[in-house]
Amino acid sequence: MDDLAQSVLVQWRVNGVLHELDVLPGQSLMDVLRDALRLTGTHMGCMTGHCGACTVMIDGRIAKSCIAQAATLPRAEIRTIEGLMGPDGRLSPVQQAFWDEAGFQCGYCAPGMLFSAIELLSETPDPTDAEIDSALAGSLCRCTGYQSLRRAVRAAARALRETP
Amino acid sequence: MTPFTLARPESLEAARRAFAGDAAFLAGGHTLIPAMKSGLRSVETLVDLARVPGLDSIRREGDRLVVGAMARHAAVAASPLVNATIPGLARLAAGIGDPQVRRRGTIGGSIANNDPAADYPAAVLALDAIIETSEGTHAADDFFQGMFATALGDGEIITAVHFRVPHAFAYAKFRHPASRYALAGVAVARFPEGVRVAVTGVAYSVFRWTEAEEALSASLDAELPTLARDDLTSDIHASGEYRAHLARVMLARALAGVRG
Repeated sequence: MDDLAQSVLVQWRVNGVLHELDVLPGQSLMDVLRDALRLTGTHMGCMTGHCGACTVMIDGRIAKSCIAQAATLPRAEIRTIEGLMGPDGRLSPVQQAFWDEAGFQCGYCAPGMLFSAIELLSETPDPTDAEIDSALAGSLCRCTGYQSLRRAVRAAARALRETP
Repeated sequence: MTPFTLARPESLEAARRAFAGDAAFLAGGHTLIPAMKSGLRSVETLVDLARVPGLDSIRREGDRLVVGAMARHAAVAASPLVNATIPGLARLAAGIGDPQVRRRGTIGGSIANNDPAADYPAAVLALDAIIETSEGTHAADDFFQGMFATALGDGEIITAVHFRVPHAFAYAKFRHPASRYALAGVAVARFPEGVRVAVTGVAYSVFRWTEAEEALSASLDAELPTLARDDLTSDIHASGEYRAHLARVMLARALAGVRG
């Protein structure tokens, strides 16, 4: 084995845009998104997979990008929080519901809360409070006390059910 | 993180060969990667097992439910076969960590790590499982050997866990609200010859609660014993005395799940 870590060429479609990048073992997906692609909406929090602020979607499933190793993803479809708004710049229905119900305060946990809510509502259109709590469990919020997050997810569920 | 070489082998044999010097296998990474970032662990070679084919299969073989080492917690939780065969095992998997962790974490990674508060080791021990590896097999009773310690040798790769299908199985845990690990977790499996009880979260390693097994094997309505050990964990989250109390409460809850 070489003494020096070897770089790996990866091909990612990030929010619909194809990128070819050289990444190094030890670089997390979060490192590359923030440093190489300047997508700083993916937040750097605990760095240990607990807080959820770095949550993105990899191939349609939510994941903590501080743990996912960039070099283990030769090809991937990645969606970050920057990819949630529509092409016209309007907030997506889930973002709008979080805005309306004060689901954001400082906004640090927003990537994790939004992606967790989106994944929950794609499978469970009318979730109970217990299902909401369980779905959001991978993200920590230190502002809202969680009540407004629950309200935001309920409002998002109503909005998505009403828009075909 | 100190620099390392990443190997992404496409066969079990290649994975064994790639493991050289100070190396580690990568499964879900939710324990190993934070340990590497914080400097608790450094490796020269990280061997990613994601490309080794066949390690994530879930199947029935006779009186055994076989769960591949790279089966993700979310896959076990959603598996129709697991839900039909050992539904309590699917529920256990659904309660590990959080949604993101369940999409990445694997059963092989969990038991190879043998965190003293992890959920899967309790199920593996209560369900009298056989751990299949690249080198052979281990009985669950011999596999867990203390805090973060197992019978695995250097470079030995877990390939599957063969659970013995019981009459009934249930797991109850009192979860730490932040880490979501067990402050106390009790797994109860009812077999033709008796009851097996395994406890996690309360001591240095998962263990069989023999007093509870003897009492419940005589009668499921037996009076529940009090957990008495001299190695109960006491830390900022809970005293040993409180963990022992919780273990008895979790035993009662798990027992309710195996009465049938």
